[in-house]
Amino acid sequence: MELLRLPGRLFLDFLHYLGQLAALVGDLGYSARQGILRLKMVAHQIVAIGYGSQTVVVVTGAFTGAVFTFQTYTKFKEFGVESSVGAIVAIALCRELGPVLAGLMVAGRVGAAMAADIGTMKVTEQIDALRVMGVDPVGYLVMPRFIAMMISMPLLIAESITFGLLASYAVTVYGYQVPPPWFMTHMVEHTNMTDLAVGMIKGFVFGIIITLVSCHQGLMAKDGAVGVGIGTTRAVVIASLALLVSNFFLSILLNYFFPMGATS
Amino acid sequence: MSKAGLDQDVFIELRQVHKTLGWQHILRGVDLKVMRGETLVIIGPSGEGKTVMMKHVIGLMRADSGEVIVDGVHMEKMREREMRPIRAKVSMMFQNAALFDAMTVEENVAFPLVESGIRDRKEIRDRVQEALEVVDLAEHGKKLPVNLSGGMRKRAGIARAIVTRSQCILYDEPTASLDPMVSDVIDQMILRMQKRYHITSLVVTHDMKSMFKIANRIAMLKDGVIRFLGTPDELRASSDPLVHDFIEGRSGVTA
Ligand SMILES: Nc1ncnc2c1ncn2[C@@H]1O[C@H](COP(=O)(O)OP(=O)(O)OP(=O)(O)O)[C@@H](O)[C@H]1O
Ligand SMILES: [Mg+2]
Repeated sequence: MELLRLPGRLFLDFLHYLGQLAALVGDLGYSARQGILRLKMVAHQIVAIGYGSQTVVVVTGAFTGAVFTFQTYTKFKEFGVESSVGAIVAIALCRELGPVLAGLMVAGRVGAAMAADIGTMKVTEQIDALRVMGVDPVGYLVMPRFIAMMISMPLLIAESITFGLLASYAVTVYGYQVPPPWFMTHMVEHTNMTDLAVGMIKGFVFGIIITLVSCHQGLMAKDGAVGVGIGTTRAVVIASLALLVSNFFLSILLNYFFPMGATS
Repeated sequence: MSKAGLDQDVFIELRQVHKTLGWQHILRGVDLKVMRGETLVIIGPSGEGKTVMMKHVIGLMRADSGEVIVDGVHMEKMREREMRPIRAKVSMMFQNAALFDAMTVEENVAFPLVESGIRDRKEIRDRVQEALEVVDLAEHGKKLPVNLSGGMRKRAGIARAIVTRSQCILYDEPTASLDPMVSDVIDQMILRMQKRYHITSLVVTHDMKSMFKIANRIAMLKDGVIRFLGTPDELRASSDPLVHDFIEGRSGVTA
């Protein structure tokens, strides 16, 4: 009996959690309808989130592109198809590796910051102070982060992919002395803007997931500094896992709208 | 005041308010009326639920049962979003000040003004400056809250609560951790706000001297109910030994 109860309990907890996220989405919708756009806060968040995450995202993209090229090239050479490395790497970077790895890095960096900032405000009663002054905490704290993430994430992903491709180019052309036209022709022939669009759409969705999960943990923080720490860890773990799971379904869905390797 | 009937002059009313937090039954049927324009001081042992009671008035906490009526509006029936008009009339100074630590003192004090829709920069600057002068913090406006002393933080919290000149101000231990001189400054400020702007004040304090200076009436919270309610003179004359021991500071513990 106990054994049966546990999965049920977990499932209920999960539903409860989803319900809370949905409530947060509802509050965001309400705050959007209020029409108060805090441009200054959005700009501030874009700088903190978008601008501040560039190093992380560029390094992630570049080294993913480099190592993936290195591995692929070695194997492809055995089959004599090393000229298609550019195409393979480009598709993989645009559709999966770029968005997922950069997304995970942002989930760690930005998700943790959101959960910690908002959580600290919660446990030091700053959120209550906002409420007392008639300011909706969701509109004031979550909304600007939400907008900033929706703008920044696709661009960060595109940036990450770009640097991945540059690194791949560098490894093949300078590392393996492949003539540049070979690499470029195959890459251009087998990829197009829709592959990049897939990556950017994924980035957009990941941005939403990271913001919702992390801000929710922040708003729910309790039990002082310890609670903020727990919430922050939880935010990163949940956001990362949710990102990976949603990526799978997104891939299927997006492949339906933007078929892979549509060359014409 | 011009309205007919005595009940119209009640600004805050709590009727049989109960609240349980965790396993603790904190408020056990609190009944209290605060009149418009009066200064009511709440005393009572530490951890008795004074802060909890105050949070019910402004809607930060919801009563498990009972009614909380502020300016004729039932808080317990309202959704968070609908509380905005009431919160424009009532401001609160938190026991721990609850300053926004990402903002300077000035920005903290300006915040409620900006949020209430005032856009005139000069007006905001003047009113912030005035509020900071009242609490003797005029020179420290550019500092961040982390760089303030405990008493300064408290005063910044007071400045932020008074700057909007709400009809009613809730002070949670305004003079705790302040030296006797500054305490007097704050007491005089509360008296002046009442005289000049007819502001209703609800003050939680452990500072008996301050209490006798500012209170029109005093309520003592004990065991989750209002154990005593009356004027300072009635308090002095009270025959309740518990009330006596409390204001005289006699614990019964000996060395
Ligand atoms: N959010 C909360 N969750 C659980 N218990 C709480 C919460 N807030 C307060 N309490 C408990 O409620 C009781 C009353 O707390 P409250 O802060 O109202 O005391 P107080 O009368 O203001 O004391 P003090 O004079 O020391 O400020 C305490 O036992 C406290 O532990
Ligand atoms: Mg208290």
